[in-house]
Amino acid sequence: MTRGPDPDEAPGQGPGQVPGEDPTAVALELDCRGMVCPAPVIELARHVGDVAPGEVVAVVATDAAARVDVPAWCRMRGHHYVGADDLGDGAVRLRVRRA
Amino acid sequence: MTDSAPRPAATYLDAASGEPLHPAAREVVLAALERGYADPRRLHGPARDARLLLDNARAVVAECLGVRADEVSFTASGTDAVHRGLLGLLRARARSGDRVVLPRVEHSSVLHALKWAGASAETLEVDRLGRADPAALAAAASAPGTALVALQSANHEVGTRQPVAGLVAALRAGGSDVPVFVDARASAGREDLPPGWAVAAASAHLWGGPAGVGVLLVRHGTGWVSPFPADDRVDERTSGFENVPAALAAAAALRAVVAERVEVDARQRRLVDRIRAAAAAVPDTEVVGDPEDRLAHLVTFSCLYLDGEALVTALDRRGFGVASGSACTASTLEPSHVLAAMGALTHGNVRVSLTAATTEDEVERFVAALPEVVADLRAEVGL
Repeated sequence: MTRGPDPDEAPGQGPGQVPGEDPTAVALELDCRGMVCPAPVIELARHVGDVAPGEVVAVVATDAAARVDVPAWCRMRGHHYVGADDLGDGAVRLRVRRA
Repeated sequence: MTDSAPRPAATYLDAASGEPLHPAAREVVLAALERGYADPRRLHGPARDARLLLDNARAVVAECLGVRADEVSFTASGTDAVHRGLLGLLRARARSGDRVVLPRVEHSSVLHALKWAGASAETLEVDRLGRADPAALAAAASAPGTALVALQSANHEVGTRQPVAGLVAALRAGGSDVPVFVDARASAGREDLPPGWAVAAASAHLWGGPAGVGVLLVRHGTGWVSPFPADDRVDERTSGFENVPAALAAAAALRAVVAERVEVDARQRRLVDRIRAAAAAVPDTEVVGDPEDRLAHLVTFSCLYLDGEALVTALDRRGFGVASGSACTASTLEPSHVLAAMGALTHGNVRVSLTAATTEDEVERFVAALPEVVADLRAEVGL
């Protein structure tokens, strides 16, 4: 309970992950640009089952809350938060490995 | 008002935004409005009356907070007390530097004041409970150019108490004389002030006094230089015509709250434990903040997949008035920086804070309604 939030954990450090893995290797990308909270997390919940366990699903979001809420969702639902890529246009891609 | 006007929530659970006026304050304010209208600086009878009431209010607040009367200033609001406290301390410390060390979970008025002043803020992370690390704050404060450390007594959104005493001990153990500014608004009146503050701020409407009365505390011997134009009033730390009736009502409320607080704290703690357990039992709901080392009256939780505004509106429709830290409920459209700093879910957030008069029956009705409201809203989004 004392561990701090870790929104930008580097790829290759999480359990079940291949070190040095290509961070763009996502099985499914969900375009949630323009959606506000909690819509991106709802999309993620609806589609995480579309990838196989161990595969990565990514959420691309412009809403500021997604950067916090996607890692929080992973913690609450038992999935592994892989990391975030800033896409440079106000959007962030948040990568999640299905448990 | 028309028939379609929104009715106020019958069960008000938002004391952390504003505690209802304490009955003791209501009596005093009516009497003080009759007697406390004159300019306390003048030399005639009505002025002496007003001055007497103001001095009396200051003495009562000082006694209740365990400070000296000459350390107490009445300001126009709690926010004004924060501004004057921080900015005046910064000015007095200008020769030391403009660096301010603080945790990410300080109140937005602290962050805004530092930004306005052009201070260089060194913002430190907190743990999952929202608690600052006193050793890390003290270590950061040892860097040259540090004017002050700002640390709230307890967090206003999640209730977690902050280690002010530990911070001061760590600073002094390291030989540092850097002063500590304590935003004590969330806890003042409810709990003793933490020891070791140089400057502190409180707000009367959060303990059951009237709105429009803040309390600025400047410890005897602490350097403080007014950041605003002088006004030649009774108290050099403030400006504007003193609101004597409100100050007196604030003092009366504080005296009553302090006298009742052992009983009120125990009851609120028990009722909040009940809400924490009930919220934790709602599926995909996370209760945040320290479950033990916390304010008695306040609890925050977040429900996955829900819109905070929809949740607040649905609860209001059932007669429960609560607050939310979700982005959609904030004027900034930014999620709560406190929840974000803790890594807590920011959407679907609800803050419940009990008044001194909240009953067990009201809490039972709330915990009965909550799972139904959450289930209804989740059904709407198909989750």
